[in-house]
Amino acid sequence: MANNKLRKVDIIFTPYSAAPYEILRLTMQKEKNAVIDEIIESGLRGRGGAGFPTGYKWRFMANQPGDEKYVICNADEGEPGTFKDRKLLVEVPRKVISGMAIAAYATNSNKGFIYLRGEYNYLIPALEKELLIFHEYAEKFGLDFQIEIFSGAGAYVCGEETALIESMEGKRGEPRNKPPFPIQEGFMGKPTLVNNVETFASATMICRVGAETYKSYGTDDQHGSKLFSISGDSPKEGVHELELGMKISDFVEEFGDGDTKAVQIGGVAGFCIPRKNFETAIIGEGNTTGGATMIFNSTRSMYNVLHNYLEFFAEESCGQCTPCRIGTQQLLKGIEAVKKGEKPESYLNDLIKLSRTMKITSKCGLGQSVTNSFVSIVENFREEMIY
Amino acid sequence: MSKLISLKIDGQQVEVEEGTTILEAARKINVNIPTLCHHEDLCVAGNCRVCVVEVNGRERLEASCCTPAPEGMEIWTNTAKVRNARSEIVSLLVSEHNTQCTTCYRNTNCELQDLAAEYNVDGNRYLSVLKPGLKVDTSSWSIEKDDSKCIRCQRCVRTCRELQHVNALTAACKGQDMKISTFLDLPFNEVVCTNCGQCVNRCPTGALTERRYFNQVWEAIGDPKKHVVMNTAPSVRVALGEMLGYEIGTRVTGKMVTAMRKMGVDSVLDTDFTADLTIIEEGNELLQRLKKVLVEKDSSVKLPMITSCSPGWVKFIEHMFPNHLGHLSTCKSPQQMFGTLSKTYYAEQKGIDPKDIVSIAIMPCAAKKYEANRPEMSDSGYRDIDAGLTTREFGLMIKQAGLDFKNLPDTEFDSIMGESTGAAVIFGATGGVMEAALRTAYAVVTGRPVPFENLNITAVRGTDGIREASIKVEGCLPEWNFLEGATLNVAVAHGLKNARIIMDEIAAGTSKYHFIEVMACPGGCIGGGGQPIPTNAEIRAKRTQAIYEEDMGKPIRMSHENPEIVKIYEEYLQEPLGHKSHKLLHTHYTPRNRY
Ligand SMILES: Cc1cc2nc3c(=O)[nH]c(=O)nc-3n(C[C@H](O)[C@H](O)[C@H](O)COP(=O)(O)O)c2cc1C
Ligand code: SF4
Ligand code: SF4
Ligand code: SF4
Ligand code: SF4
Ligand code: FES
Repeated sequence: MANNKLRKVDIIFTPYSAAPYEILRLTMQKEKNAVIDEIIESGLRGRGGAGFPTGYKWRFMANQPGDEKYVICNADEGEPGTFKDRKLLVEVPRKVISGMAIAAYATNSNKGFIYLRGEYNYLIPALEKELLIFHEYAEKFGLDFQIEIFSGAGAYVCGEETALIESMEGKRGEPRNKPPFPIQEGFMGKPTLVNNVETFASATMICRVGAETYKSYGTDDQHGSKLFSISGDSPKEGVHELELGMKISDFVEEFGDGDTKAVQIGGVAGFCIPRKNFETAIIGEGNTTGGATMIFNSTRSMYNVLHNYLEFFAEESCGQCTPCRIGTQQLLKGIEAVKKGEKPESYLNDLIKLSRTMKITSKCGLGQSVTNSFVSIVENFREEMIY
Repeated sequence: MSKLISLKIDGQQVEVEEGTTILEAARKINVNIPTLCHHEDLCVAGNCRVCVVEVNGRERLEASCCTPAPEGMEIWTNTAKVRNARSEIVSLLVSEHNTQCTTCYRNTNCELQDLAAEYNVDGNRYLSVLKPGLKVDTSSWSIEKDDSKCIRCQRCVRTCRELQHVNALTAACKGQDMKISTFLDLPFNEVVCTNCGQCVNRCPTGALTERRYFNQVWEAIGDPKKHVVMNTAPSVRVALGEMLGYEIGTRVTGKMVTAMRKMGVDSVLDTDFTADLTIIEEGNELLQRLKKVLVEKDSSVKLPMITSCSPGWVKFIEHMFPNHLGHLSTCKSPQQMFGTLSKTYYAEQKGIDPKDIVSIAIMPCAAKKYEANRPEMSDSGYRDIDAGLTTREFGLMIKQAGLDFKNLPDTEFDSIMGESTGAAVIFGATGGVMEAALRTAYAVVTGRPVPFENLNITAVRGTDGIREASIKVEGCLPEWNFLEGATLNVAVAHGLKNARIIMDEIAAGTSKYHFIEVMACPGGCIGGGGQPIPTNAEIRAKRTQAIYEEDMGKPIRMSHENPEIVKIYEEYLQEPLGHKSHKLLHTHYTPRNRY
């Protein structure tokens, strides 16, 4: 098992290289396949939550036939407590755009979109300015790739890649059935690569430092570094870049306020880790790494925490599929009823069972992930649910 | 031909084409998987999740309706995990549902009810999350919408969008508030809706139903001062049996007539009579239009002429193509011709005061209810049709009447206005009006029957969304000489999606047709919004076949040879498109808003 001592690192926010889009230029001197190999070699996994190996995704995309292929940067960042993608777009937009361009080069795609969360519209002027520079250099490098900004529809579920595509097509933000995956039939039915903002920025940095160096961060299973949006009972709230593979106890030592009783990793869709597991749990192992990291101290009611999450899910579910639309409401009403004594304690077990059914029957990641926080909170803080 | 793949379902080997869904593969070997949001006529939604199955090696269950059959894999459709998941999902639906089966119009014909029974779900397993304060929208003359019975399967949304291109319904809001909404959540009577009822026919529950009028009909029947006349559309007789224990596609014309009489209807008449009349009026209108355009070069007369007997279609064109209403035949639909004549010609002949006549139409259709309510439909001086019922309502009335339908004797329609031809019968299927019109028009122009074996113009039959045919006119009688050698181009469209394609061509000025038949509903009236539920491609095919059998069984198969038609012109109307016809049998249309 990996057991790093926590290290804060600084890769992703380092200053730009000397000339604009120099990394892109250098990368374009390599063979397309070699670029993808490098990304595969680096072990980079998607930073949007699902954690799919980025290099393999790019390879699938490269193998898709067609002369109309899209690259979409997912900047929807709709989850409460996350702000890492915004920080990237504010501080190092060039790295994000470079990453998109490298992906476009490697996968033969010719059109790009940045799907920007509606609340981030104020970033558009600065981004447009950067895009002007980019398009100038792209032309110089002979890269046929234009990027446009698409202002998002505003719902959390629109961050799910197929709902995002639906909303870009002017439809209601409802996740699609998969397969076909966006790589096969995405925006306007064409092959579409969707990656998170941080995934693209990381790809740029891998091209800059090389897979070897990037891999030297983290542990054998968890390569590289990652941004964490830290919030809750922490004196150091904000975005921090950390090596992957650290123990929660190290994390809590650095970011907690000395009285941490639980850490929620991977945002609302992630898991809640209670104090008793701090020594054994590793960030990124068996828990998702997207989203926010929330720290709770002993003054927090975990019932309230869960209640908030469930309210969020019951509102943000797109509502199309039965297990998620109704299941989220049942979990919410159910814990309320147990708390009020209208349902016996054992009803919590029925709800846990229901949440597991939601996991295996819901259509998209939203409904499938509710069980993570639900079960980890109810099982670890059962007394708080009842009394 | 795409690649064949093989897989195992419940231990049984099956070969299917690549891309086939697990659901389709299972059906192929008669393994039944429950569904709710799935409907053969519509694109896949995959939102109800009751069709989940287990795929070996995957933790998650897959929704079989939207998952391609995986090559070489083993599928299990009936494991504890699968049954448990389905049962929980159905329980969830019930927890959101206003379960009032005993008083629900869809009781005993409801897909949610069936599944709840099949899985024997416990209604109290979960807390009720039914939204409080939901009201039934009864503003429309045709459609009722009760959100408290809605399971959000979005079949209605897909029907209205994909098949009808109307988009009256949409999924609105998200999460716990997600619901099926009309445009801007306006009452149904204020939105652009054709009243076709296709959404009703595909709704698995009692959330969308036709507005029902059968109680008024019983009241009229029970009122000794009233003289109740009923007319039934051609497609009712080939579908009604489905509600009364017959195989799909059984013709029950004779028993249906007897049942009406036993229910206490004073005169059992036939919409087919006015269908024949429509052919005479519409056929002559077409010939007159051709003459005006070809000979008199009158540019105010529009070609192609399009049929107007489908009220869903008429409302569609009024909303969507308000500048092209001149293409519509001015003929009223057979239902409305019947209504007017029942309170004029019939009343006169029978010596009954028209104010005492209650004229009821039994229709495969929800739009006919709206049509009957149109303010212009009162040329008789009264409301021409007092009530329009669906096949479903009528089936229910037969049950209420306590009749042993299967053992009723066959009897004939009453007279007058009860006689009809095979040409009228085929009005019930897409292409039928066209075929009937051609049979008569050709005979009128040439004095000979159409040059097709057994008068069957097969080119305009079938299920393709748009079909076309060309007929060369040769050997004209002297007065139709201007048509000698001309080729008449005709087209048939069914489903409003296809109607829109036809209209786009007309609007662009590229339409090559002279005459077009449009039916709002897929398959024509046999697939109407008021027909028994379910309706799907297989059922439509069987009803259609029954229609053509009925036609072949008729001694007279051309409208102009119907003796009652000959008689009504001699005794009453005098001539097609004459003064009286214009007053009673023709109408005008109203341009409406697109939104
Ligand atoms: C409900 C839901 C919300 C999501 N929101 C986001 C988001 O805001 N940003 C994001 O990058 N990915 C989001 N995702 C994940 C995307 O669907 C997709 O997996 C991701 O953009 C792929 O990029 P990656 O491979 O770089 O992670 C969300 C997924 C779900 C199920
Ligand atoms: S799981 Fe939830 S968010 Fe995803 S499709 Fe189903 S209802 Fe929509
Ligand atoms: S819709 Fe179905 S389940 Fe609901 S009340 Fe009516 S019959 Fe019962
Ligand atoms: S009646 Fe027809 S037009 Fe109206 S909502 Fe239903 S499907 Fe759409
Ligand atoms: S109204 Fe009927 S068809 Fe439409 S979503 Fe509700 S249950 Fe389904
Ligand atoms: S029938 Fe498959 S999800 Fe509804």
